[in-house]
Amino acid sequence: MGSKLDSADGVYLDDAVQIAAKILVVGHFAVGKTTFIGTMSEIPPLRTEERMTQAGAHIDDLKGVRGKSTTTVAMDFGRITLSNKLVLYLFGTPGQERFVQVWEDMTRGALGALILVDPERLKESFPVIDLVEQYGLPYAISVNHFDETPVRPESELREALDLLPETPVISCDARDQKSSADALIALVRYLQTRTDRSTT
Amino acid sequence: MSADLVRPYVITNGRGLPDNDQFNLITLVTTSDQPRPSQLDPEKRSVLDLCSGGLLSVAEIAGHMKLPIGIVKVLLSDLSSDGYLVVRAPVPPAQLVDVSLLQEVLNGLQARFG
Repeated sequence: MGSKLDSADGVYLDDAVQIAAKILVVGHFAVGKTTFIGTMSEIPPLRTEERMTQAGAHIDDLKGVRGKSTTTVAMDFGRITLSNKLVLYLFGTPGQERFVQVWEDMTRGALGALILVDPERLKESFPVIDLVEQYGLPYAISVNHFDETPVRPESELREALDLLPETPVISCDARDQKSSADALIALVRYLQTRTDRSTT
Repeated sequence: MSADLVRPYVITNGRGLPDNDQFNLITLVTTSDQPRPSQLDPEKRSVLDLCSGGLLSVAEIAGHMKLPIGIVKVLLSDLSSDGYLVVRAPVPPAQLVDVSLLQEVLNGLQARFG
């Protein structure tokens, strides 16, 4: 495990880096989070696990002492050095309600979230959008574009997902770096408009 | 012994997770100049070995070591209070709406991928 790694591989950050920022890449199972992070990251994406206790999920005996079970949540993440002092981390977070504990950790200090959506499976995105809104995290919708996907009108998608008029909707191919970067840029531009509003 | 074969609570001597928020996923960490003691838990030594190469986030340390985040936070917390680590704290939440930070993120993305 933890021996010193070859710094020539670009594993370590530049010594001058002072600030780390975080953006969440969220979405339902198999929507393309890991692909997106792999496309954008300057390091091979890493995986971490968080063990969590689910209190009261089911009480196994009357004393209640066995009423806890543990489960493991895996998160994939990647890194983009943006300047000599700033690094951005992208965390791929599963969107299930039962991972609330992880969500508290993930959303704390995050700039915002990019929600990946499969236009053919819109319903599966509802719980994820609910969670992001529940944690008050500003977000943009990235409609994952697959080769065979028929293009759905944006108005239809907005209506189905019940989006605010200002919420950005971007079409994105998670396998393509330019396309994925454009989705992140659209999210950050949107975050800027929100800051403008809150300070005036 | 491989990390896979050790129950995490053995590694932390049975302690739970630290309450403080000194370390989160993107806290940046590297080793200080302080010499190491001759006696040190193997996991802590591994953390110091890994961190001696340069600056890494807590999440990256956990990823490279294949240990759960919570366990890594305990190890880092101990090593930090004993003076073996230099910690660069992440931006506090109050500063996150900072216009200049968002502008820097945008500039960086556009410079790299635009």
